[in-house]
Amino acid sequence: MLTSARIEAFKRYWKSFKFAFYCATHPIDGYWDLTHEKRGTYAAANTILLLTIISRIMKLQFTSFVVDPVYWEEINIFLYIASIIFPLLIWVVGNWALTTLFDGKGRLGQVYMASCYCLLPYPMIQFPLIILSNMVTKEEMQFHTTLSAVSLIWVLVWIVLAMGQIHEYSFGKNILFTVASLFAMLVIVFILLLFFSMISQGVAYFISFGKEFLFRVS
Amino acid sequence: MKKNFAKKLIKRMSALLAGVVVLAGSSLTVHAEGKYTYCYDYWGEVQDSPDAYEVVKVFTSNELGLEKPISPTASGLTVIGNYIYLCDTGNNRIIQWERIDREHFKLINIFTEFSGDVEVNTFNKPQDFQINEDGNIFIADTDNNRVLKLDSEWNYVMEFTKPDDNTLDKELVFQPTKLAVDSAGRVYCIATGINKGMIKYEADGTFSGFVGATPVVYDLWDYIWKRFFTTAAQREKMVSFVPTEYSNLYMDHDGFIYACSSNLKEEDLKSGSAKAVRRLNLMGSDILIQNGEFPVYGDIYMGAGGGYSGCSKIVDVTAFDNDTYVLCDKERGRLFVYDSQGRLLFAFGGKGNMDGYFSKDQPIALDHMGYDLIALDSISKTLTVFTPTEYGNMIYQAIDQFDDGYYAESGETWQKVMDLNGNYDLAYIGVGRAMLRQERYKEALNYFELKFDDDNYSKAFKQYRKEWVEDHILIIFLGAFAILIVPMIIGKIGKIKHEIDTADIFKF
Repeated sequence: MLTSARIEAFKRYWKSFKFAFYCATHPIDGYWDLTHEKRGTYAAANTILLLTIISRIMKLQFTSFVVDPVYWEEINIFLYIASIIFPLLIWVVGNWALTTLFDGKGRLGQVYMASCYCLLPYPMIQFPLIILSNMVTKEEMQFHTTLSAVSLIWVLVWIVLAMGQIHEYSFGKNILFTVASLFAMLVIVFILLLFFSMISQGVAYFISFGKEFLFRVS
Repeated sequence: MKKNFAKKLIKRMSALLAGVVVLAGSSLTVHAEGKYTYCYDYWGEVQDSPDAYEVVKVFTSNELGLEKPISPTASGLTVIGNYIYLCDTGNNRIIQWERIDREHFKLINIFTEFSGDVEVNTFNKPQDFQINEDGNIFIADTDNNRVLKLDSEWNYVMEFTKPDDNTLDKELVFQPTKLAVDSAGRVYCIATGINKGMIKYEADGTFSGFVGATPVVYDLWDYIWKRFFTTAAQREKMVSFVPTEYSNLYMDHDGFIYACSSNLKEEDLKSGSAKAVRRLNLMGSDILIQNGEFPVYGDIYMGAGGGYSGCSKIVDVTAFDNDTYVLCDKERGRLFVYDSQGRLLFAFGGKGNMDGYFSKDQPIALDHMGYDLIALDSISKTLTVFTPTEYGNMIYQAIDQFDDGYYAESGETWQKVMDLNGNYDLAYIGVGRAMLRQERYKEALNYFELKFDDDNYSKAFKQYRKEWVEDHILIIFLGAFAILIVPMIIGKIGKIKHEIDTADIFKF
């Protein structure tokens, strides 16, 4: 039912989604308002993340092989999706865990929201590039490569800027904690690896224990 | 090409990284030993292929009419017309056969000496034999330290001895091993211990210099280490940075010399700083075309396994008249056939005792008679004769038809090849190229896309795009008009309407 409350909610969502475009061109002002003026929503953040994932997958399927030949035998779609979501989540957790100890004003959700808002330039550039890639020859490929690189650099720089705004850090401190967050990510990956290998060893132990037990019984 | 390779590498690296991130172990791909004949696809996967060559017969020394079998050090196989010459190094003789029909060789002569006014009239460990267009015979008489020139009646004419060059070590014993002779009678030869390239003699016997030396390969770290951190005594014992020696020469019908090296390192081949095969022009520069997805160095997988390890060791090379050439790898006992663009047509062979397989460290000599290949295995003392199968002949036919300008026919032949081997990239590209020449761009695009041939795809696409724009110029124009002009007009109308609505004269 389209109650007026629902329409209101949708309007608020749509406004917050449109705000992402403002952020893409006005990072300092935009990301400050995102949390401090509450102009961002999780729904919009999730939408942008979804758009990013969709653009990555569509890129795989529809980009011309001249630009990007795909070896389908080695593609695992879940791995492929995880290759976006996992680094993002580890970044969010690592960054929040560190900044919260050092006067960072952003909360976990806000770090996630801002990071997702920063991803917008990626689908914004990649979707047109998919169409463009099917209209260029090998010699004209440079144009495509450059634009593609621009989209990535745009996203990375914007994430750094956004973190500075939501944590209310000075520029130097922001850079310092960006680097520190990267190390935090490494530590998280290391601990996860350790955890998983321990678990698998533990499971293997109980499986062999069970097998041994069954041998005795039978 | 190189860029492509790097791109693939980056893709695989990033795939690996993604794998690490989500903590899923990726299993290593093991390239199992396939069938007798194979080829590589765009991704470097081994694709089994129907046999392109079959063994006509393996001739033992006995069947070749020899009482004393071929020696294990024999090398140097030369085919001239219907005649086959073999330098039987260990037995100091040169053997001549005639191939009278498909399966029969007739022993014509065994040469152990020649006439003429010269001290030594016999051979001592001869390693190579050539005849030039005038009928003169050239023999690399290795342990007599000379290259002999004889006339067609085996009479002594002259000899080429150690080059008179100051840069050569005075103590060095001149041991010529392989020869190439051009139509003017100039002799190019390689010799043991001389790594400055090929030794070039003019027709009158004067030494005129070294040509075609391989560039020296070394890395910066090695250089720094050697230059600053070693003592003179240590340096003495270390390997010095020198060019690699060639292992064999072959002069093709155009007068270009194919030169191969067998003692190269894997990492140099992979980085491209060393080349297994060169095609040298008269100036000694390399003009070999390498347009394939992979460089011309035999097998692209160099891991150990199946009784061999490391890279292919190319010990001989022979070139057909259509610039297709065959490399002979003694490490794996395989023959690699490349087209004039440096793309692998197919590879076949292996180690073993069956027909068409070779002993350890064999074959060591190879030549061709038409499209038939003759390979020497001096451990089993046999000559193996290969002839193209229907499939192999079709590939050659398709290449020749394309080169001669019969594009439609070439396309049909490639189509037949494709019917026999659907995993063969070059068949698809061949059909595509034939269509491209016939200006059937849209169909060509399809074939190129299937096998990732971006160069030809771009060529076809450029034409296709041009045609498309020409055909749809009206629609494009109208589209642009609709996008640019129509909103402008609407804006204008809106503005006029607004002005009328707000005009003073309508206000009452």
